[in-house]
Amino acid sequence: MTERFVTRGFVGRRGGGTDAADLRRRTPPGQYLTTDFPVLSAGPTPRTSLDRWTFSIDGLVREPARWTWAEFMALPAREWTVDISCVTKWTKLDMRWRGVSVDTLLEGVDLDPAAAFVVASCDGGYTTNLPIADVLGNQAFVAYEYDGQPLAPEHGGPARLVVPARYFWKSAKWVRGLRLQARDEPGFWESLGYHNRGDQWLEERYSDD
Amino acid sequence: MARPIEWQLATVAAVHDETPSVRSFTLDLPGWAGHRAGQHLDLRLTAEDGYSVERSYSIASEPERAGVVEITVERIPSGEVSPFLHEVVIPGDRLEVRGPIGGYFVWDAPLGGPLLLIAGGSGVVPLMSMLRHRARAGARVPTRLLFSSRGPDEIIYRVELDRLAAAGDGFAVAHTLTRQQPPGWTGYARRVDEAMLAEVLEPLGPTTRTYTCGPTALVETVANALVRLGIPPDRIRTERFGPTGT
Repeated sequence: MTERFVTRGFVGRRGGGTDAADLRRRTPPGQYLTTDFPVLSAGPTPRTSLDRWTFSIDGLVREPARWTWAEFMALPAREWTVDISCVTKWTKLDMRWRGVSVDTLLEGVDLDPAAAFVVASCDGGYTTNLPIADVLGNQAFVAYEYDGQPLAPEHGGPARLVVPARYFWKSAKWVRGLRLQARDEPGFWESLGYHNRGDQWLEERYSDD
Repeated sequence: MARPIEWQLATVAAVHDETPSVRSFTLDLPGWAGHRAGQHLDLRLTAEDGYSVERSYSIASEPERAGVVEITVERIPSGEVSPFLHEVVIPGDRLEVRGPIGGYFVWDAPLGGPLLLIAGGSGVVPLMSMLRHRARAGARVPTRLLFSSRGPDEIIYRVELDRLAAAGDGFAVAHTLTRQQPPGWTGYARRVDEAMLAEVLEPLGPTTRTYTCGPTALVETVANALVRLGIPPDRIRTERFGPTGT
């Protein structure tokens, strides 16, 4: 209804030049660029010592997998430089992570053909859901370093899922496992009014956007 | 499919200053679906050429005020939206908003208590919605607000908080001033720490529901301390903001 509404007196603080145009092109609709790394969590930061930490893949797989921290560190890893958008409206460009591709994690488990969705589970009870198609093809990774340092607890350390093509709540902090399912199952924020898919370029913020 | 949360036009009914850098805006919203205390809304500004920006703001008013929503906005000098709201917007202006948004950092009177609210600076805004709701609903659950501000002139809602605390319905407020204290100040005079939380929590007990909102450093400190003080993690609800106005 309000497509043509103009806010009286609003001009905006737009920079000029080609750099500014490039930055705008990389900023999804309704987002603004930030240079710091805001922290958002719904509750306290869980603390799990590395000697008790494991990462598991279960559900619709022929052979569930489980890694200790040492085993996880031995998996093939790589650097990722990605742009991240949070549904609270900030976008941060060129964030540098190190971690293991979800493709690598799924390589050994032999997926059941019925598996169509992934539910990430975390210390503290947080969950988020994704179609398998959204995490394969190097679209998602489990990160344990940010900007050359071990990932800080408030940012999801020791390890968090990172799914750059979706709003950041899909990048589950303190991730401990992925469960493969035939049916979709809304996670924590997906059950509390946020969009089930969360594509920031389509501005899929809230349930029925 | 249900309908998306629609953008709607609010008319600014009133503007008033809470502190030198914090201003409240009363928005008339005839089509507002109602909210729960603690939720926020999205606000969108659009220029003549279609350029637009969006921000989220916590709702300060209680759900009982039908058709009216109040937001309280801190001016971030380097920001794009809050300086506009502070310097340009006057009563009679119209603003696009949509909401309510958020379903976890909420408190409704039937949830009960005891209730411990911890705020840093403008993090008090969603907690004020809870306190106003509590008063309007006639709830008498034991409730305490621990409120950290930098100096005496920066205490948001100071007069109203004093009035709510004087009502004798089980609500008390404890202030801490971290940078500057007036002569004769008897409140706390340091950043929120575990000892301070233990004192404020003590009369409420271990079944207390807690809501904390403020800058990341404060929220991290508080949430970690509350865990150590024996509050179950699902009773430690947090909302954070950082200096993200760039």
